[in-house]
Amino acid sequence: MSLTKDDVRKIAFLARIRVPDERLEPLAGELNNIVGWVEQLGEVNTDGVEPMTSVVETETPMRKDEVTEGGITDKVLSNAPDGEGPFYGVPKVVE
Amino acid sequence: MMSDLRDWTIASASDALEKGEVSSVELTGAFIEAMEAGRTLNAFITETPELARERAAESDARRKNGDARGPMDGVPIAMKDLFCTEGVRTTAASHILDNFIPTYESTVSGNLRDAGSVMLGKTNLDEFAMGSANITSYFGSVKNPWTPEGANANLVPGGSSGGSVAAVSGGLAIAATGTDTGGSIRQPASFTGLVGMKPTYGRCSRWGVVAFASSLDQAGPLTRNVEDAAIMLQAMAGHDPKDSTSLPLDMPDCRAACTRDAKGLRVGIPKEYTLDSMPAEIQKLWDQGAQWFRDMGADVVEVSLPHTKYALPTYYIVAPAEASSNLARYDGVRYGFRKDGASLDEMYELTRGEGFGAEVQRRVMIGTYVLSAGYYDAYYVKAQQVRTLIAEDFKKVFNDVDVLLTPTAPSAAFFEGEKMDDPIAMYLNDVFTVPASLAGLPAISVPGGLDTSGLPLGLQLISGVCQEETLFRAASALEEAAGFTARPGEMA
Amino acid sequence: MTYLIQGETGDWEVVIGLEVHAQAITNAKLFSGAPATFGAGPNENVSLIDAAMPGMLPVINEMAIEQAVRTGLGLRAAINKYSVFERKNYFYADLPQGYQISQYLHPIVGEGVVTLDLSDGSTRDVGIERLHLEQDAGKSIHDQDPKRSMIDLNRAGVVLMEIVSKPDIRSPEEAGAYLKKLRAILRYLGTCDGNMEEGSMRADVNVSVRPKGADELRTRVEVKNVNSVRFVMQAIEVEAERQVEVWEDGDEVVQETRLFDPNKGETRAMRTKEFAHDYRYFPDPDLLPVRFDDDFIERIKATLPELPDDKKDRFINDMGLSAYDAGVLVADRETAAYFEDAAKGRDAKTVANWLTTNLFGALKKLDKGIGESPVSAIHLGELVGLIEDETISTKIAKDVFEEMLKTSKAPGDIVEEKGLKQITDTGAIEAIVDQVIADNPEQADEVRGGNDKAIGWFVGQVMKASQGKANPGQVNGLLRAKLLG
Ligand SMILES: [Mg+2]
Ligand SMILES: [Zn+2]
Repeated sequence: MSLTKDDVRKIAFLARIRVPDERLEPLAGELNNIVGWVEQLGEVNTDGVEPMTSVVETETPMRKDEVTEGGITDKVLSNAPDGEGPFYGVPKVVE
Repeated sequence: MMSDLRDWTIASASDALEKGEVSSVELTGAFIEAMEAGRTLNAFITETPELARERAAESDARRKNGDARGPMDGVPIAMKDLFCTEGVRTTAASHILDNFIPTYESTVSGNLRDAGSVMLGKTNLDEFAMGSANITSYFGSVKNPWTPEGANANLVPGGSSGGSVAAVSGGLAIAATGTDTGGSIRQPASFTGLVGMKPTYGRCSRWGVVAFASSLDQAGPLTRNVEDAAIMLQAMAGHDPKDSTSLPLDMPDCRAACTRDAKGLRVGIPKEYTLDSMPAEIQKLWDQGAQWFRDMGADVVEVSLPHTKYALPTYYIVAPAEASSNLARYDGVRYGFRKDGASLDEMYELTRGEGFGAEVQRRVMIGTYVLSAGYYDAYYVKAQQVRTLIAEDFKKVFNDVDVLLTPTAPSAAFFEGEKMDDPIAMYLNDVFTVPASLAGLPAISVPGGLDTSGLPLGLQLISGVCQEETLFRAASALEEAAGFTARPGEMA
Repeated sequence: MTYLIQGETGDWEVVIGLEVHAQAITNAKLFSGAPATFGAGPNENVSLIDAAMPGMLPVINEMAIEQAVRTGLGLRAAINKYSVFERKNYFYADLPQGYQISQYLHPIVGEGVVTLDLSDGSTRDVGIERLHLEQDAGKSIHDQDPKRSMIDLNRAGVVLMEIVSKPDIRSPEEAGAYLKKLRAILRYLGTCDGNMEEGSMRADVNVSVRPKGADELRTRVEVKNVNSVRFVMQAIEVEAERQVEVWEDGDEVVQETRLFDPNKGETRAMRTKEFAHDYRYFPDPDLLPVRFDDDFIERIKATLPELPDDKKDRFINDMGLSAYDAGVLVADRETAAYFEDAAKGRDAKTVANWLTTNLFGALKKLDKGIGESPVSAIHLGELVGLIEDETISTKIAKDVFEEMLKTSKAPGDIVEEKGLKQITDTGAIEAIVDQVIADNPEQADEVRGGNDKAIGWFVGQVMKASQGKANPGQVNGLLRAKLLG
């Protein structure tokens, strides 16, 4: 399995990271190195092995259905880079 | 006041404070001066001297009223800048968290605050804790206080908790917090002659800690000795209902366990940890460690962890996969850095393209790739299956032994600039620490000795799930046998 | 009732599957303690977790699990004692974490069934594929600023149950019946208020078409977020017709997401780049798998109310209602309860009649729901009682009912006050009959001459003379005896 420049472009978009065109090729090389190296896992026989979901073997904790939070609009918005009144602002979204 | 601040430990400071030989304000003042004088190390991203003085004064007042809160009360410590701290900038060493000021306190830093400890500032780290050399920080790399004579380049302190170890080892703080995802407490401790301890996954709450890889991240102490690690861990750990993966168990008395000897302890030496490429000095120290245990009356046996070889590649699938998702929230909308764009997608891409450094971008993309359609089973599911096998290996071995003894890292600290253009060479730093991380096991690095160029080397002990008492018992015995007293700047 | 679209090349069949997002009734959100209620100011119902602040972690709300299991039981579905929350990764302005916590490979509820009550009184089963729990997203407001959208996270993290049907639905009418039935079940269970206008129930509609008789499924199109039963039916109609045209023009229907525009009565492709979606689901490492035992399920089962299908069976079998009436009455929990209260000790069929014809009609005119009915269930029952014991005639009852609508008074009181009690005293009625015959000799002769239809005219006259109070049966009998006897 070898990643092409095009694959890298797609991955970068999925991850929403702008990669300059001239970086695509070298990045493909770096990623291929890593991917090639992790592929050694293919050697391991994992037939019938459950994939790990969690290292802790405890019961899922649950919360009571009680309102314990909210009403902190100022705190929620205090770090907003583009706050607009009680909202977060983003470039216009067209659906 | 002791002239060399590196003589202070949590235990000795607590003692002196209790006896009234020193006040927290005095002690804290001395460390603030040291912190300011030690800026060349670049150990701190944010210094909080006013806050520290305030908390020190509060501690003194408590003590005066007979309300001292235990051994951490009044002790000046450094906080890895991955813990969110209320009202204090928290960066994760990333541009993308530009000027982020949490309105909340992480559970662990809150526990330490409630125990009375005095936070001096927020320490540098690899960006989002992704690294083993503390060279990926947006705020610049950290200098290891250990410097071989005549060297004209800086040694790295290890990573990702590089600022924390530099602060403690350089005498800028008595102890510091670290976080460990694949070795980020233990490896830098080994590089700086400190004790670094990662508890069982779930002992320390992850609530309020900037997430790297959720199934692996654990906080832990970085200290001068094993007893201090036990004291500090006691203050940090505990069940937290706000973290669904937090263990609903009380922490055992690890400090008490430090007084027990190693007689009859069953120590396993995993044969797969012998690497062809390993420097002879490391093998020698490891052998020495085994001999110390034998000399102390422990049973030392060779054991096998057959899937060890696959731990690192497994880690480099699981951790980036989780990270790619955990870091999706850094999108320029609600906090942190934003680079405007004409559309929402462009804003995201520019913000994340500029806000994340190269290593973070690399890992996010690897993680995105291994989770993507058509590759998920081949990479991610496969890695989680191998992870199950790795955990089972450990489980089996701990039927026969109490602890495992291994080197902490495959080398001593290296120079900045080395291993930098080969990510995989850099990843190999974690070869001995990653398996315990994948299995969620407690592990500790204890300074074992110096290599021929006078740099510290650590030995790692690993115990079974929730067997911290056994781990501390073994670690304090090893510490005593090793008798490590060397300090940076005092090399032979 | 086959629904077919006549194309130029022949008849086409529509294949429909519905994905319904139903907001579970809870106080707090799925993974945070912020309120799940509507109507708060912007970003007021938001916790640090909902805003995806660094280091924030989810903890499951136990009520969400209970409501999902309860709903699963109501859908006669398999309950999965092991389920897993996974992350669905994508970037969107109203998705603060950059992923939605949802369930994917291991949903909490598996296959079930919803029985549709169709307008001709027949029923049809639609399979349920699964029900899973997930977080709602926030809201983007696009019309406040020409260049920017505003984000309100009040809804971010609210508990949604996504209920996915099998592609078993074959017409807009069935789709409507499915939604109505599903809503009824959710309301009976108390797991969702079913309010489509407020958005607590939203439907994504998967539509494809195929030539009549074909087995294969063709490309489906998802029409997203349709928010009323009527719009769902319209959306299916226009989308199916669009697809038939596309196929018949020799083109291919493309798999895409479209939006229904009720004003224009058409669907249009969404402008967001669907092609780039790759959700990269994986188990959320911040959460452990959800496990519970049979006891847990049994405990919830014990709290279930009688559901519409069982109620309908009982109305038909024990109370003698028609399938149609029973279906109408059970469609809404409140209506069914009203009916049962009214019918206690009365003839159920008469009560059902009064309810479906008179009361429903009146409420519609008043634009009121059954909960706001000026006529209480007890009073309606009493009214039927007055008819049954012949205190008043059905005709008088209608007048009494009108009065009840206006005043909310008990029917007995109205009858008393207005002196509407039926005259059943034979002597009294006979006197009126005699008088009417005497006053109308010509008409009397006509009847006697063999035109018994004219007897009806005499009944009317007698009733009129008695101000409607004479017992019509007795009047009829007396007239026949006197004129034809
Ligand atoms: Mg869906
Ligand atoms: Zn959904």
